[in-house]
Amino acid sequence: MYDSGKIIAGLVIFIGLFTSPFWYDLSSGTALQTPDLVLPTKADQKECVASLEFMRRDHMALLNVWRTEVVRDGITYYKSANGKEFEMRYTRTCLGCHANTSQFCDQCHNYIGVSVYCWDCHNTPVSVGAGSSAAKILNTKPEILNKSKTQNAKSVHLALEAASQ
Amino acid sequence: MSISRRTLLKLAGITALGVTAEKYATAHAGSTAAKVLSKAVGAGKRLTKSSVQKKVRLAMVVDLRKCVSDQGCTKCIDACNRAHNIPDLGDSKDAIKWIWKEPYENAFVDQENFYMRDEFRNKMVPVFCNNCDNPPCVEVCPTQATFQRPDGIVMMDWHRCIGCRYCMAACPYGSRSFNWRDPRPFIKDIDPDYPTRMKGVVEKCTWCDERVDQGLLPLCVEACPEKAMVFGNLNDPKSEVRQLLKDNFSVRRKPGLGTSPEVYYLV
Repeated sequence: MYDSGKIIAGLVIFIGLFTSPFWYDLSSGTALQTPDLVLPTKADQKECVASLEFMRRDHMALLNVWRTEVVRDGITYYKSANGKEFEMRYTRTCLGCHANTSQFCDQCHNYIGVSVYCWDCHNTPVSVGAGSSAAKILNTKPEILNKSKTQNAKSVHLALEAASQ
Repeated sequence: MSISRRTLLKLAGITALGVTAEKYATAHAGSTAAKVLSKAVGAGKRLTKSSVQKKVRLAMVVDLRKCVSDQGCTKCIDACNRAHNIPDLGDSKDAIKWIWKEPYENAFVDQENFYMRDEFRNKMVPVFCNNCDNPPCVEVCPTQATFQRPDGIVMMDWHRCIGCRYCMAACPYGSRSFNWRDPRPFIKDIDPDYPTRMKGVVEKCTWCDERVDQGLLPLCVEACPEKAMVFGNLNDPKSEVRQLLKDNFSVRRKPGLGTSPEVYYLV
């Protein structure tokens, strides 16, 4: 082989540059920083709407289904596997517990490089200012919730129908 | 492989027969459905609106004789703006409007009477989305982000809106607004319960669908100190809206366009 010294040296430099992002991550230690979730500590809500395994893998699918059912089909309540009823409401039900999205949602999303835009529109207690009166509203359950639960989870047309008969 | 002329003609014939049969079958199925439908609503009854067959068709009646918006009342507008996180951009060009005031002659452009009753000459009319029975915005939306609910409300799924603004071009009432920028910094007091919108999304009044779903009245109806707004089921002959429409003369905005607006103004 002619010029083997130059070629091998060139190859070593090339491979070194090509893999430099990996070396950079390893040396700075950011790659080894695993997600560090701060679990919510809410007194009156101990469990999530579904099992840990399901939520870990499929929470985005669940959110998509909830979105379609609430916005398009008028279904507002969700019965979990153990029979507990939840209002299908991202802001109150999900963020009611997971109030600090940077300590929970962002931990994994950042780790795997997923960027979500939920909070461009949906308010979180943090985005409206923790401790503000608005944040307190988010953390308290409204009376409306109990009323509509007995009425019917489905849309008002049913209620109106019943009233008109 | 080569096909003889004979085989080709045979195949072409069979294909033509298949296509015709399918067309015939679908047309026939349609006419059967129509027959069943006409039986259900009573023979000889002419249907002019698709919603007549439904149990619930929500509608709004605004009594302009009671409304005092020309005396400076903005209660309905304020209540709506606060609850729905509507920004105050300070520029009418890109204002976000759900419910707003319009001079009588602008609200009812096709009723141009040079001389009219004095009290209507400078009347301000509260206008908002008509939640049309035949909504052109729904027709043009390429992503089905805007759609009609079974109860007639023309809903928006902001998750789906791509900001093409076809709906804004289609709406003859100017009921839709576009977010040219992030509205959040322009909202004085964010109501955490209701989402804000983001840049590039169209929005409009939805008759407080979130409240209607909970069995509550739209906020403007509740906020009106004069009880000038009434909301209810148009298909129920005993409902308040029907009673009002039976006993009073009502007008709608641009009914000639065929959108069948469902806000009735008593004059």
